[in-house]
Formats: sequence, C-alpha cells, structure tokens
Amino acid sequence: MNTLRPELRTIADWIAPGSRVLDLGCGEGTLLAHLRQTRQVDGYGLEIDPAKIVRAIDNGINVIQSDLDVGLAEFADASFDYVIMTQTLQAVHYPDRLLEDMLRVGREGIITFPNFGHWRCRLQLLGGHMPVTASLPHTWYNTPNIHLCTLRDFEELCAEKDFHILERTVADQQHRSSLPMRLWPNLMGEVALYRLRRA
Amino acid sequence: MPDTLPPDSVGLVTPQKMVFDEPLALDCGRTLPSYELVYETYGELNADRSNAVLICHALSGNHHAAGYHSLEDRKPGWWETCIGPGKPIDTDHFHVVCLNNLGGCHGSTGPMSINPETGKPYGPDFPIVTVRDWVRSQARLAERLGIEQWAAVIGGSLGGMQALQWAIDFPERLRHAVVIAAAPKLSAQNIGFNEVARQAIMSDPDFHDGHYYEHHTIPRRGLALARMLGHITYLSDEAMRAKFGRELREGKLSFGFDVEFQVESYLRYQGQSFVEKFDANTYLLMTKALDYFDPAADYDNDLARAVDRARAEFMIMSFTSDWRFAPSRSREIVKALVDSRKPVSYAEIEAHHGHDAFLMPIPDYLATFSAYMTRVREGRP
Repeated sequence: MNTLRPELRTIADWIAPGSRVLDLGCGEGTLLAHLRQTRQVDGYGLEIDPAKIVRAIDNGINVIQSDLDVGLAEFADASFDYVIMTQTLQAVHYPDRLLEDMLRVGREGIITFPNFGHWRCRLQLLGGHMPVTASLPHTWYNTPNIHLCTLRDFEELCAEKDFHILERTVADQQHRSSLPMRLWPNLMGEVALYRLRRA
Repeated sequence: MPDTLPPDSVGLVTPQKMVFDEPLALDCGRTLPSYELVYETYGELNADRSNAVLICHALSGNHHAAGYHSLEDRKPGWWETCIGPGKPIDTDHFHVVCLNNLGGCHGSTGPMSINPETGKPYGPDFPIVTVRDWVRSQARLAERLGIEQWAAVIGGSLGGMQALQWAIDFPERLRHAVVIAAAPKLSAQNIGFNEVARQAIMSDPDFHDGHYYEHHTIPRRGLALARMLGHITYLSDEAMRAKFGRELREGKLSFGFDVEFQVESYLRYQGQSFVEKFDANTYLLMTKALDYFDPAADYDNDLARAVDRARAEFMIMSFTSDWRFAPSRSREIVKALVDSRKPVSYAEIEAHHGHDAFLMPIPDYLATFSAYMTRVREGRP
C-alpha cells in the first residue's frame, strides 16, 4: 500500500468532519486512523488478511474480517456517510456489484484505483507486454489485480449504473498533479480518485 | 504432573468462596434465599480497581480457569492457553476473576448443595437458571469484590453469551466485551443436540428423576452418552479425521460391538472420565441455560435493539470449522452491533479444530486476542 499515503490528504479533504465511514480493504487501518485524527470520523474497516487485522486492532481501529467478494449484504442501506475503497477495486471479483453495494450502504462512495490508461501502460502494451509500473508492480502471473480499467472505462460504468461523479482527481505516484494530467487525465494520470453518489 | 510449574502459568492457585445471604430472584419466578459462589483470581488488582476482567465459563467449565491447585495436578485450568503472564489475558496486567456459575457442581450452589428448606440436596428441584440470572449473580460478586467496572468481560461459547448479556444488562459496568465462538441464540439443531443429551441422562434407570444422590447412584451411562454426543459437536469432521481417521485399535475388524475404532475408544474414555467430575443435574441445567438464551427476545426479537443499551466496545471471534456455533452466528452479533453503531471488531480465525478451537493455542487466535487485550489494557480506541 505504498500508494496510500499520498492519497490521504485528498480523501481527508473530501470527508466532512464527524462522518461515519466504512473503509473497504482497510489494511492496517492507516487511512481510518488518519481520518479519525483529522476528521473525527467514526466507523469500521473491513479486511480479510489476519495479519493486517491484528495490526489494525493494534492501531485502535474497529476492524471486521470480511471478504469483499461476498459483498456488503450485512450493512444496512444508507448506514454510512462515506464508503471508501482505496486501490482495491481492481482486485475484487465483481467490481460493478461492489460499487453498487458501496453506494447503497454509503451516501457517497470514494474510490481510488491505478489508471490502466496511463501512457506508460499503453506504451508497454504497444511493445507487446503486460504493463509493469510503479502503480502496477506485479507481473501478469502473480498479480492480484484482475479487473484493471482506465478512467474512461470507469466513467462509462458510472454512466451505465447512473452513478453521479461528484469529484475526480488524477495524480502521479507522489500524488502530484500537473497541467498535462488535468488536460489528458486518462493518458497522464497514474492514480484516479473519485467521489460518487447515486444519481 | 509438572515437576516445576511452567513460567507462563499463574502457578498454584486456591479457590475462594463468597456467601450471599440476600435472596436472588430468578427468571423462572423462583428465588434462591441464599447461595455461595466459588471463584479464583489471578494477577493483582490495581489501586484504582480498573484492571479486573471477568471470565465466564462454558457448559462444562468452572472457576478453575488457569494454574494448578497442587503440584499433583495432571492438568492446569481449562483456559491455561489464554490466561497467564505474557498470554492474551496477561496476569501481569490484569486481575482475573473466574467463578463457578450458579447451578454448577464444583463448589457454587447447585443441585448437589443442601436446600435449606428441606435439609436435603436440591437435586432436580434446583431452579432452572438462565444466562441473565448468572450475570446478575456475577454482578453481585463484583460488588462484593469492590469491582465497579470490569475492564472486560470475556467468554467462549456459553461464556461468550454471558459476556454479551453483561453488556446489555449492566452497560456501565464493563468497558469491553469479548465474545468468542458464541451465538445470539441457539438454533433448532443446537437445541436438538441438547435434548438428545438430556434424554440420554433422564432415560438412564440410575437417574431416578434426578434424585439419584439419595439412591447412591449416578446416571453414568446417560451422562457419558451426553458427553460423547457433546464431544462430537465440539470437534470438526476434519479434526476427527486428522485425530482418529478410521484407525483400528487392534489393527483388524473383530465383527463385534466392542470398541474397534480409535474414535470409539476416545469417545468412551471422554464420556466415562466426565462422569467422575460432573453432575448430571448440573448438565441438564447448563443445557437449558443455553436453550433459553435469547437476549433479543425482550426487544421484539431485534438483536440490534437489544444491544443498543450497551456501552462496551466489542471483540467478536469465531472459528472457520466451528459448526456448533459457526462464524455466521457470530456475524449475526456483529451485524446487530454495526446496525446499532457500536464499536466492534471481528475476526474469523482459520482453524480446523471445530468449536473447541477457542481453547487451543492457535497462533492467529492468540495474536488477535493479545492485540485486543492490549487495547483493553491501554484504555484506547
């Protein structure tokens, strides 16, 4: 999760103080701990890895062991202000269903993912190889990332599902933005951050 | 028998007894005029009395949760795995209290005790006690021990149910509830197994409608059968396969009904040794307490409403191969807590041991438990 840190500030900026937050794939709870400190949020992290759950408990996070591929059926409609999922969308079995579930459970959803449309990915594909980049460091045979997409793909899905995009930011690995990124986000952005709600 | 006591054990311990002369009104409508509770403590109570944890025992447990009563003891207390210096319930930091519940057969008032009204043992006339009754009696013990608020109330199985009931009934008197391998109420299958166990005991000719003390007998066959049945439900298919497979004691089939398979030998041994240390009337009572447990019943069967009163933080744990109280049952508790916006963490521990896993030294389990208890100790979220 070396991409998590730089994203923290943007996500924290999007969150209203005192909100109720559900963090899908919370890992050791870094984001929730940060949000609790800076935004006084209350909520839970969902995680599947036992070692990370122990670390999350250490970090004072309320963590619930869960398999995101099973969905969020246990959580009531509109029971959270935000449902957040950082750098995990591309690793779940049913990203479309999970997105729907996120926006059922949360008033808003915050999603970040590596942009497969970034020029480095395109260039490597043009050279005849699956991309291996800083945001996508795995080789094709050992990657957990099974549902990669570009900004355009993601936004098409949002349109199809009637998700309203409230905000979008693209950034590089260090979470810097630039003019080219703003002009050609799908080509220049390495990481995409979206804030959504149901239309 | 250990030659020397292991360094991570609480060592030699002595049970204590507390006498209660004030009557205790029970859920069944009857009242116990007076009663005694036997308990053990491990670790020092700190000056502000804030480090006490209560351990609640399961069906066949008692107050002897850790340590040894003498150097001759073959086995330590039932939760030695989790209680002791450096263990999840770390006695270097916590003052641990564990009692034998009312209706028990290890020193607390129960069917074997003398009924002051008749001068004879209560036997089958001992009132049926519920989890709520136990929690009420435990709260009185806490008062007598000068413990206004537990740092945590902790239990596995039926013990976990008591921890949950504590959080609902005495919200201000515990900071954390640790509920392990439990369920919010029994399923029809669970009750079915309990009923078979009860029938095994009650249909034993030596049972004498529960008055067997007067006949100087014990319903040995019935109680042993009940325990054998229980044991099967405590283990997973996988654990039994790993432990016994289809191994034969004599190496070949004997075409008879004597013990042939190792698993038969094991179950018979478990049943027979249980008879020596457990009372049949208590077994009946404990299974009833399980069957009756249903904290949501008072709240329109809405568990989320039931736990809404709670002020504690919760740690819920379950084990993948537990089919007696499967992870899905623990998740019902988690869901209710989330729905009523309570602080809760939940871990589903990968384990092949079945329900008994909560007593086993499983590394992921101990690590998760320790991490949570450190949080309890340091008083943070």
